[in-house]
Amino acid sequence: MATVTLDNLHKAYGETVVLDGVNVEVASGEYIVLVGPSGCGKSTLLRCIAGLETITAGELCIGGKRANERAPRDRGVAMVFQSYALYPHMTVRDNMAFALKVAKVSKKERYAQVDEAAALLELTPLLDRLPGQLSGGQRQRVAMGRAIVRRPDVFLFDEPLSNLDPALRGHMRVELKRMHRRLGATIVHVTHDQVEALTLADRIVVLDKGQVQQVGSPRDLFERPANVFVATFIGAPAMNLLPVIGEGETCRLEGLEQALPVSGTGAFTLGLRPSDMFLADSGIPGVVDVIESLGSEAMVHVTVGAHDVVVRAEEPVQVNSGDVVHLKLSTVHRFDGTTGRRLE
Amino acid sequence: MRAPSWVRVMLVHLVLLVVTVAALYPVLWVLKMALTPGQSFAVDPWPIPQTVTFENFAHVINTETSEGGWLFGRQLFNSLVISLSTAAVGLALSTSAAYALSRFKFVGKEAGMGAFLITQMFPGVVMLIPLYLLLDTMNLLDNLLGLVFVYATTSVPFSVWTLKGYFDTLPRELEEAAMMDGASRWQTFTQVVLPLATPALAVTGLFSFMTAWNEFILATTLVSKPEQFTLPIVLQRYVNDYNAEWGHFAAGAILVSLPVVALFFALQRYFVEGLTAGSVKG
Repeated sequence: MATVTLDNLHKAYGETVVLDGVNVEVASGEYIVLVGPSGCGKSTLLRCIAGLETITAGELCIGGKRANERAPRDRGVAMVFQSYALYPHMTVRDNMAFALKVAKVSKKERYAQVDEAAALLELTPLLDRLPGQLSGGQRQRVAMGRAIVRRPDVFLFDEPLSNLDPALRGHMRVELKRMHRRLGATIVHVTHDQVEALTLADRIVVLDKGQVQQVGSPRDLFERPANVFVATFIGAPAMNLLPVIGEGETCRLEGLEQALPVSGTGAFTLGLRPSDMFLADSGIPGVVDVIESLGSEAMVHVTVGAHDVVVRAEEPVQVNSGDVVHLKLSTVHRFDGTTGRRLE
Repeated sequence: MRAPSWVRVMLVHLVLLVVTVAALYPVLWVLKMALTPGQSFAVDPWPIPQTVTFENFAHVINTETSEGGWLFGRQLFNSLVISLSTAAVGLALSTSAAYALSRFKFVGKEAGMGAFLITQMFPGVVMLIPLYLLLDTMNLLDNLLGLVFVYATTSVPFSVWTLKGYFDTLPRELEEAAMMDGASRWQTFTQVVLPLATPALAVTGLFSFMTAWNEFILATTLVSKPEQFTLPIVLQRYVNDYNAEWGHFAAGAILVSLPVVALFFALQRYFVEGLTAGSVKG
């Protein structure tokens, strides 16, 4: 296993800057997830590590050695593509053995390695099938198997679960976690799904507009988001953001007569996670707008002053649309009203 | 979905029947001429022969050279060698060119594609004199190799466009996966791209083969010795200003068609796949 270091990495297509000074250190054996909205540059970053895109500026080191100019095959990395990219004319066995065939490993040896990886991923009964004869989940496992057989220093996963249905995705998340534990591999995983990021990652890198917004453990990102972007991107439903004016021990929210029990000075953005508020007999007044029931819990949309906030409540919820309710706050986050950065 | 009315079904079948008869009638008519004794032109519109004989086929097949050699065999061999070589050389050139045009950016790419297209807008006869002079300079007149060069180069533009269109539909991720697996660009091309392009290669190869197999004007101009003739020239010799052996002509036409028909049957699976490939992306 190897470390991966991205030092001030830039990638541009002509005038369009896709990656703008990315700095990330991935430790050996670490499972790191790159997350961000569509077009944030996360897949491009992964392709730069893979060697499928050239790096405009900055340095990429794999295993402590500069890799910018190395061909994909000389980087010691294996990649699982979003579409799996299985060779349709080859059987599962030949797909998994392709890298070893190219490396001129003897047929006996490469099939032995394929059998070993197939057993690990429970693919043995499928070895003689063509990719077209497999389900989505089976193809995904074959793609994983093809990567494992190479015994790479670093695994690169490009949204490997995005083509699976929700139930299978949940199952495969657990499988990925197990695989990481068994292989102790360094994994860089790209996704736009924050649940995937939170459940799989040792650390998460949040990207937006080609820049790293925050690097940290899932708990760090959830509990101490570095800015408004991370605060709203991590956590579902998203954090409520309210523009307020601090008056020392309390603050004022537009359209609300009662002061909020949150200290601060000047204009700032108040961040409230739906799970950090609860319905109570007294507190901040609001009117229930919509109730979304999710079975064991519900998302209650409450109009507070001139703003809507979402509050998580346990079912059965005892309120109806139009009722006046009161909210209590447990944890609050403060962000600079101009820059959006976290205020301590 | 509602079942179509019987009137509609009848109309559709009637149209299909008329089209089928229109397509088959000339073939049956030629078959009748080939199987009827004598060399007269069949004026009777009924396409079924009243007397059947294979003497026309035997005559065409048993044609001999002045030294007593098997002339038809030699000419069949010429046509096969030229057509297969044309398909092979044309495919070898156009496959790599089409792949480069599909995958790489380089100066002159668009202009090159446009130039290929423009060459297809002129009839082959326009190039007759320049080609004659070129082959004469290269000492390749009356030479099978000369014809192979001419046919292969004229088939390249069409083949490049067809193959490029097919390569465009192949997901690039497959090639990237192969490169991640350690394959070189050449290994990726030969072990991943080409096997996936088999339908397009079959179609393009068949077109090149047929172009060379059926070509007459260039062949009759660039070749003058009967031992170097291809089959279309042989056919033409049966019906000319001074002579009209319609029975031999019809028998020869059927014999000439047989290899192409056989190839069509052998490749029809790829042929349909190749024609429909790329119509839907993904």
